[in-house]
Amino acid sequence: MSNIPSGLKYSKSHEWVEEQGDGSVKVGITDHAQGLLGDMVFVEVPEDGAAVNQGEECAVVESVKAASDVYSPVTGEVVEVNETLGDTPELINQDPYGEGWIMRIQLSNPAELEELMDADDYGAMIEAED
Amino acid sequence: MTLDPDSKNMARHTPLHEEHLRLGGKLVDFAGWDMPLHYGSQIDEHNRVRADAGMFDVSHMTILDLQGEETAPFLRRLLANDVGRLVPGKALYSCMLREDGGIIDDLIVYWRGDGRYRMVVNAATHDKDLDWIRAQAQPFAVSVTERCDDALIAVQGPRARDKVHGVLDEDARRTAAALAPFHAAECGPLFIARTGYTGEDGYEILVPADEAADLWRALYNGGVHPAGLGARDTLRLEAGMALYGTDMDETVTPLESALGWTVAWEPAERDFIGRAALEARRGDPALKKLVGLVLEGRGVLRGQQPVYWNGRQAGEITSGSFSPFLKKGIAFARVDAEVEGRCEVEMRGKRLTARAVRPPFVRHGKACYKA
Repeated sequence: MSNIPSGLKYSKSHEWVEEQGDGSVKVGITDHAQGLLGDMVFVEVPEDGAAVNQGEECAVVESVKAASDVYSPVTGEVVEVNETLGDTPELINQDPYGEGWIMRIQLSNPAELEELMDADDYGAMIEAED
Repeated sequence: MTLDPDSKNMARHTPLHEEHLRLGGKLVDFAGWDMPLHYGSQIDEHNRVRADAGMFDVSHMTILDLQGEETAPFLRRLLANDVGRLVPGKALYSCMLREDGGIIDDLIVYWRGDGRYRMVVNAATHDKDLDWIRAQAQPFAVSVTERCDDALIAVQGPRARDKVHGVLDEDARRTAAALAPFHAAECGPLFIARTGYTGEDGYEILVPADEAADLWRALYNGGVHPAGLGARDTLRLEAGMALYGTDMDETVTPLESALGWTVAWEPAERDFIGRAALEARRGDPALKKLVGLVLEGRGVLRGQQPVYWNGRQAGEITSGSFSPFLKKGIAFARVDAEVEGRCEVEMRGKRLTARAVRPPFVRHGKACYKA
């Protein structure tokens, strides 16, 4: 059973969003997603300042098994990326909601957050997928 | 991201299926078999085989026993390598070719003495291999019997042999310990071969189905960690071993697959299937070649990525991954004959610098590729 922290919001495509209280959010992939993908070996993150759109590709995570696109759960500007993933992509496996965060995005449309799922809904969704 | 939950269909189980479930193996369909991809971490399993010892259930592979007074002449016709080079107990790696030189499968054949040979072919090619072999065997006094009631356990790594010796009885231990690389022997109900697919020392052990779980558990208790097909794939890639169906298939010959060394041209009068086609192409400058690639920067090489050399597309990757040992992207690529040194691989619209090298990348726990 995968870990789904209750304070976060979730996309259907298995990204999580954590509000930072300053109009920005941290984004990563869920424990469920990292478990299915397996050992991470490479993460390609966008440049600082890149514009990202909700539902569009914003990063790539590669496990030994395959490369997978990460879709931005929100629209905005990338204001910080997790540089430590360059040397230690396995942080996504070890701590997907903490040290394994991927980027921070300054929201251009905070109302988008309401379209995301809470932990219960996300948990029900992955349950139904199994 | 898009996740693809593995389909749960009616797959065959090996005699070790319960062991995989007990050890938390993540089972996936492989050629119609329910096989462990990993037991938690593919990279940990890979590293254990390089540094210590790991074991793989490879019971899905097809095992054929050939017997009869014309088995040797039959195999000298069937296979591009020459079983005439064998001594009793020795193994031979070979391709099995079509008349046009295309590779039907790659395999290992063991000579067990007299007219008895044992052949291990791939699981994914089971049906077409059996059809082909039985059809070619028609004119010969040879019987082809598939062994379906065994498990095959590969124990690999620098400490693999010691750990296997620790679970064998006195006679089997003495027999196994005396095996030279690429040799095999019968030890009571076991058939023990000093072969493998990882670039490390070790054994492949054929064991009757009803004794397989006991042997597996004894090895586990003796400190041999289970490893899945995921680690098997990254280990064989590092070891520079081609994978059938990925790096080669019926559309290419051994000459284009870095397997020219497995074609026994001498004696010239041996008329193996595919010989005429290979001879016609031998030395042809238009033949592509299979090379190793090492990515210089960060990233993971993957099958089908295009390879550029001197500004033009010169081939593509046949299989690629991340090398846990080298911590770099590595691959096999089929490229034009003149390609060497620095080249580029296209990945998500960008061209990244790579270097064409001669595999293997890793052998016996050491990086060994040469530019």
